[in-house]
Amino acid sequence: MSKTPIYLDYSATTPVDKRVAEAMIPYLTEHFGNPASRSHSFGWTADDAVENAREQVAALVNCDSKEIAWTSGATESNNLAIKGAANFYAASKGKHIITVMTEHKAVIDPVRELERQGFEATFLEPEPNGLLDIAKFKAALRPDTVLASVMLVNNEIGVIQDIEAIGNLCRANGTIFHVDAAQATGKVEINLEKLPVDLMSFSAHKTYGPKGIGALYVRRKPRVRLEAQMHGGGHERGFRSGTLPTHQIVGMGEAFRIAKDEMALENARIRRLRDKLLAGLSEIEEVYVNGDLKQRVPHNLNISFNYVEGESLIMAVKDIAVSSGSACTSASLEPSYVLRALGRSDELAHSSIRFSIGRYTTEEDVDYTIDLLKIKIEKLRELSPLWEMFQEGIDISKVEWAAH
Amino acid sequence: MAYSDKVLDHYENPRNVGVLDKNDDHVGTGMVGAPACGDVMKLQIRVNDDGVIEDAKFKTYGCGSAIASSSLVTEWLKGKNLDQAMTIKNSDIAEELALPPVKIHCSVLAEDAIKAAIADLKQKQAIEV
Amino acid sequence: MDAVYFDHNASSPLDARVLEAMMPYLASGNASSRHSFGRKAREAVESARQQVAESLGAHPTQLAFTSGGTEADNLGLLGMGANLKPSQIIVSAVEHPAVLRTAEAMRRQGWQLRKVGVDADGLVRIDDFLAALEAPTGLVSVMMANNETGVVQDIAAMAELARQRKAVFHTDAVQGLGKMAINFAELNRHGVGALSVSAHKIGGPQGAGALVIDKKLDIRAIQFGGGQEKGLRGGSENVAAIVGFGAACSLLKVQQSAQHTYQLREVLEQGITDLGGVVFGANAKRLSSTSFFSFPDVDGETLVVALDRAGFAVASGSACSSDSTDPSPVLLAMGVMPELAQGAVRVSLNHSNTMHEVQDFLQALNHALNKMQQLAAIAA
Ligand SMILES: Cc1ncc(COP(=O)(O)O)c(C=O)c1O
Ligand SMILES: Cc1ncc(COP(=O)(O)O)c(C=O)c1O
Repeated sequence: MSKTPIYLDYSATTPVDKRVAEAMIPYLTEHFGNPASRSHSFGWTADDAVENAREQVAALVNCDSKEIAWTSGATESNNLAIKGAANFYAASKGKHIITVMTEHKAVIDPVRELERQGFEATFLEPEPNGLLDIAKFKAALRPDTVLASVMLVNNEIGVIQDIEAIGNLCRANGTIFHVDAAQATGKVEINLEKLPVDLMSFSAHKTYGPKGIGALYVRRKPRVRLEAQMHGGGHERGFRSGTLPTHQIVGMGEAFRIAKDEMALENARIRRLRDKLLAGLSEIEEVYVNGDLKQRVPHNLNISFNYVEGESLIMAVKDIAVSSGSACTSASLEPSYVLRALGRSDELAHSSIRFSIGRYTTEEDVDYTIDLLKIKIEKLRELSPLWEMFQEGIDISKVEWAAH
Repeated sequence: MAYSDKVLDHYENPRNVGVLDKNDDHVGTGMVGAPACGDVMKLQIRVNDDGVIEDAKFKTYGCGSAIASSSLVTEWLKGKNLDQAMTIKNSDIAEELALPPVKIHCSVLAEDAIKAAIADLKQKQAIEV
Repeated sequence: MDAVYFDHNASSPLDARVLEAMMPYLASGNASSRHSFGRKAREAVESARQQVAESLGAHPTQLAFTSGGTEADNLGLLGMGANLKPSQIIVSAVEHPAVLRTAEAMRRQGWQLRKVGVDADGLVRIDDFLAALEAPTGLVSVMMANNETGVVQDIAAMAELARQRKAVFHTDAVQGLGKMAINFAELNRHGVGALSVSAHKIGGPQGAGALVIDKKLDIRAIQFGGGQEKGLRGGSENVAAIVGFGAACSLLKVQQSAQHTYQLREVLEQGITDLGGVVFGANAKRLSSTSFFSFPDVDGETLVVALDRAGFAVASGSACSSDSTDPSPVLLAMGVMPELAQGAVRVSLNHSNTMHEVQDFLQALNHALNKMQQLAAIAA
């Protein structure tokens, strides 16, 4: 049997790969210098390591290392990209922003903040499969659309947006295009030499690197400008001040190097596991997969179990570590806004589980999960008055519920 | 979210799960809550000719605290007459299960379910005579 | 020979016990996840919060973790400024760029920036400060201890004055932490509303810092998304670094370390003076670990490089600005002549340095100076 709890929450965060930890430790011990120190070898050694890691990150996404700026994570990258570009270009271009209802809060919240500062934002509704209709995106573009932000891979449902098509529309419209790729590195090919993308956010801890480090790609040709959001010593060519955490940067570099080397093989293995999980869970009645199955990373499976309630479901499956909705929102009892944007009912949104599979998931883990879900769903449905009504043929959506 | 041992116990081993015949004159059925709010409780009681609750059953769609609240009240209801049953307060339930503030609404729902079941029973019996 | 590290104000090596505390969390869960992995991470973050709060005499709920001192300063100023009607912001002329550049950026939002001067010892001129406070002032930020000179300001007194004018007071305590006693509760009684600290200056890891805030103050996040740190700072918590910050705080022995470095510095500065050097801020109260000095007619860059070759890591000016060869703005603000300021060298010690190292350093310094003078003589 697998060791419980089984970790199936790789989209919330990944464990640090041992090779990454090993690469980091020397920079916590003997090479502890501040990379901004220009007067001694401690500083130079740290600086060399930082620049080497920058090359490694650039290599995974095929850009120039000078186009990579370090941040404290994808949240900061998104904030810097969105607020930085919108503010810089507002005067010349306008104050309209386009994004999508299913973006991560780290995109939605900065856009909301800009709205408070007088920008106007369009939050596009995706199709029921989670993908953006390109025609609708095109129709939303205006002459004063200064910025568009669309994520590459969705954190809850794993769907992959057509970044190239969206980027081309932005280019034609003179709109800066930002892409949150926090969930994409090591899962889908990213070629920034070809992609019409101006700004792209990355995070290390979704790709077996440490937490607290991320990067923002800022295109140099044509040059994209930003208003800095963090002021100070002028690190990172002025884009982002603050002492660079050398060990974390080294960790991100190594993690991205491993991702580049191993993603093809790893993704094939993960896809087999995901397909097995899907086949197993599909044997349960009244389950619904959320999000498009084809245009999706192999790591993600998001399923709603009808007629059981979300929290009790999570309690029932506490031997597996999964998310109901994204980690950042699971402290509140709101149903996932991503699933609601796909048109899922509150009930189905509440009763969804995101399984995310990763580097250390085994076949046994998947078998165990399938068996556990089958038993627990049956037990909860035995307890569920809604399941009883469904079996009696009552259409629950037609019942008038007393509000309380 | 940390649940109390009592909530966990009721959740793992819910008491009196099931159904009573809702067409039986001696059975009152209360259904409260709404799926969209995340909780639906169905509570049924059966009284004997002396008006004492002989049996209680429930089914609940909801979080662990909602399941525990309804499971607990089925235990408390048995052996009580309707007037006694009406005195069960949500605060008693919340206290017994050590519910955190965000889960107090579960105990309120359980109290509402008792009232609804009794109202249903009284209505049936009133029509009867 | 292992190099001797005399640049603790730039970044201080990680204590082995801190690394040990961090190791289990390098592979931790997301602290916002509800499953057991996430709960363990959350507990670790909260216990670190306790440790950091304790070392600052603050309540854990008053702490927001950030990615470092720079972000804490940005959050302090921009975050408190966001909910105030723009008026005047007062900072001292010797602030770290993390405060200075932030205050400058606030001009775009309509704030008026007023820099108050310091005297020849590096202390804020109270007459200038009072004059500045005549104008309606929303925010004041004065650092607790200077990163270059180590000069310690009378924060409590200035906060009292600011409070009389209803201005919110922030202090950058990044260099104070671990080197002098800090009690936020006490400072708060005098009117200090917020205080910034950073882990990597006290033997913790790079990448963690905190802002301590009086909860009565209205503060707005500057980084949005996810609602972490009670909405004050979006972004997945850097669990390992935060744990390391907590561990480093719990290991602090402020008084002991201050006494130790004081003894070393006495010998160091006696030696420097004997060699004809000038020590900046020597008449003011200073962090006992920091010494900033110059030798007339000696180029600082060259001296620092020579010292590095001899195995001593020291700084020329502060790390952040050491990319540039401009004379230190801190020294210029103190009225030091640019030629003398140009040659400034900083030694910053901690508890791990020894008297032996200081004596060796003085020898190396003597040697380097002689050599430079010989070269200068040849060139002339
Ligand atoms: C799509 C997406 N964007 C941004 C983030 C935030 O990244 P970080 O945790 O590095 O701040 C996450 C993860 O939480 C994410 O999934
Ligand atoms: C006084 C002072 N404030 C702020 C900072 C910035 O802190 P961090 O390096 O953690 O961003 C430093 C250090 O560089 C400092 O010395």
